[in-house]
Amino acid sequence: MKKIKKRFYRILAGTAAFVAALLVEKYVEFGSPSMENNVELILFLIASFIIGGDVIKKAVSNITRGQVFDEQFLMMLATVCAFFVGEYPEAVAVMLFYQVGELFQSYAVYNSRKSIKDLMNIRPDSANVIRENEIMEVSPDEVRLNEIILVKPGEKVPLDGVVTEGTSSLDTSALTGESIPKDVSVGDGVISGCININGNLRIQVTKEFGESTVNKILELVENASSRKAKTENFITKFARYYTPIVVILAVLLAFVPPVILGFGEGGFAFSSAVFSKWLYRALTFLVISCPCALVISIPLSFFGGLGGASKRGVLVKGSNYLEIISDVETVVFDKTGTLTKGNFVVSGIQVEEDFEGGRKGLLEIAAHAEGFSGHPIAKSLADAYRKETGKEIDTKRVTDVLEEPGHGVSVKVDGRNVLAGNDKLMRKEQISHKENDDYGTIVYIAVDGKFAGSIVISDEIKPNAKEAVTRLRNRGVKNLVMLTGDNPKAGNKVADELGLDTVYAQLLPQEKVEKLEEIMKNSTGRVAYVGDGVNDAPVLAMADIGVAMGGLGSDAAIEAADIVIMNDEPGKIATVMDISKKTMLIAWENIVFAIGVKVLVLFLGAIGLASMWAAVFADVGVAFIAILNAMRSGRIRE
Amino acid sequence: MMKKIYILEDLDCAHCAAKIEADVAELSGVESAAISLMAQKLTINCSEEIKDTLTADVKKIVKKYEPDVEVIEK
Repeated sequence: MKKIKKRFYRILAGTAAFVAALLVEKYVEFGSPSMENNVELILFLIASFIIGGDVIKKAVSNITRGQVFDEQFLMMLATVCAFFVGEYPEAVAVMLFYQVGELFQSYAVYNSRKSIKDLMNIRPDSANVIRENEIMEVSPDEVRLNEIILVKPGEKVPLDGVVTEGTSSLDTSALTGESIPKDVSVGDGVISGCININGNLRIQVTKEFGESTVNKILELVENASSRKAKTENFITKFARYYTPIVVILAVLLAFVPPVILGFGEGGFAFSSAVFSKWLYRALTFLVISCPCALVISIPLSFFGGLGGASKRGVLVKGSNYLEIISDVETVVFDKTGTLTKGNFVVSGIQVEEDFEGGRKGLLEIAAHAEGFSGHPIAKSLADAYRKETGKEIDTKRVTDVLEEPGHGVSVKVDGRNVLAGNDKLMRKEQISHKENDDYGTIVYIAVDGKFAGSIVISDEIKPNAKEAVTRLRNRGVKNLVMLTGDNPKAGNKVADELGLDTVYAQLLPQEKVEKLEEIMKNSTGRVAYVGDGVNDAPVLAMADIGVAMGGLGSDAAIEAADIVIMNDEPGKIATVMDISKKTMLIAWENIVFAIGVKVLVLFLGAIGLASMWAAVFADVGVAFIAILNAMRSGRIRE
Repeated sequence: MMKKIYILEDLDCAHCAAKIEADVAELSGVESAAISLMAQKLTINCSEEIKDTLTADVKKIVKKYEPDVEVIEK
């Protein structure tokens, strides 16, 4: 900022001197024309020194270091030559507008940096750690594993951990873009970067600062702009050749035509008037020789796009991914945790008419029977039982537990013989039962040797998954595929409900890799893989673009994926595609506009139709417009 | 192979950044160099052998193009 201010004052002072010189030129009369010319020359020289002193200094010091074709030198050369041909106001104007352009460039960069800092204003400054019963304020990276930290309302959670005392709501919006606060209580995991809204929380630290979510995200965002898009690299390369070519053309333009024209009748005569004319034309070339508009506006567009995406809870690991995601033709989804919530819940209960306990009774018996098994369905049953009756499982009521692997359990609940398990268990025990063909895991229950009913436990489809599919189709994604380790019935049910094109079910993790390979081979466009990141790392890494769901807290996802969606919403892929499309459009608008105007003015300058003022516009004006345009990227309507 | 990060404070000229990046990438032992203008960060992947001379070389290159920019090792 200091540098920007300094330049600003320099421009103000220089402009004042410039205006004074112009006024003198126009209104003050001097005794003789030569005297008038000298006074004016001195005044304009003073103005140009005030404005461009630092440019001249830098140009000179660069020459001593062997750097010739840099922009400072070219600007100095343009100014000196303009004085030489007698165009004093233009000479000063070249410097003035160059400085204004530089100022604006710095300001634009400063502004985007600030906006990303605000956006990522999640870095905690301190942590209140409890040591020997005293609260100490320390830097977050001094807190060790398993120490207890206190987070007061209004403070940021500094490190990842588990709540040991207190309840509160957390504002996760800076991380996920999600505006609804998340409620936490004892035993819940919390991630750093959230803001504690109301209660005091004591948190046991589970990750040191370097490994904590907030630090990982900050690192990721800061590094994102180092992975450059192809468009960016193209511009860098273009700039490397552009300046020398234009400068060489300028030199040729200044010397070749006067020499050729000099060979008139009566031999060679070098006319200084002709030379001045061509020198002036060459100057317009020098002024346009800086590719600033392009080199600054293209990275700025991508930076805006990356910032816009993280504002919406999507971390993109590099400009290169932002560049290609809008070309994705095939999106391959993992099922559990990506399209479905991955939380198994009781979704249906069928009770035999002659079972005396009814719905609640069946659930009670099933929950107790499975109470000892470590299977996830035991938890789902216990949850459903608690929800339906408000009671917890009483393990004293359960005796004689016998697990039958691959089948289910045989236990005694309140002294009655209970069998709970799949249809194989029923067949094995020769109990005639009603087949339940609902989608999900079916638990059949028999009491005292008689079939009592069945309970369906299934995964819920995410509420926004359907909308995500529609949005992707609208954005030109042709092929939507699902890979799942689950059985075909469960897979088809989800695929039908969402309207996906193909399902591959019952895949082992390495088969997922093979399937994806096959899909990529058969696809003409790019393939994105969307997974929950826990066991999908190899597939995520293999796809053209790996998108991890719910990356928060999952290190594997952040490592392997190219894009991390922080709030689990599959629809965010479409949002990133929108941002990508807009960013690319802006980048290409700037490329075409800037190169177009420059080439046009170069051409007009060569044939003498473009004045120095047009050249100044082609340089600074174009940079100005391109930067303003670049700043629009990342702002999309949802 | 090691990774080295420098902060280039006050770097705001994209053109100069590109030149610095290209020159650093040409240093012997440097595998790749990338400057993020927005993060003002220079990331270098290079071999272990040049770790003693790298900082001085980088400073020299930066001074050449942008004398006002401060190079901070991270």
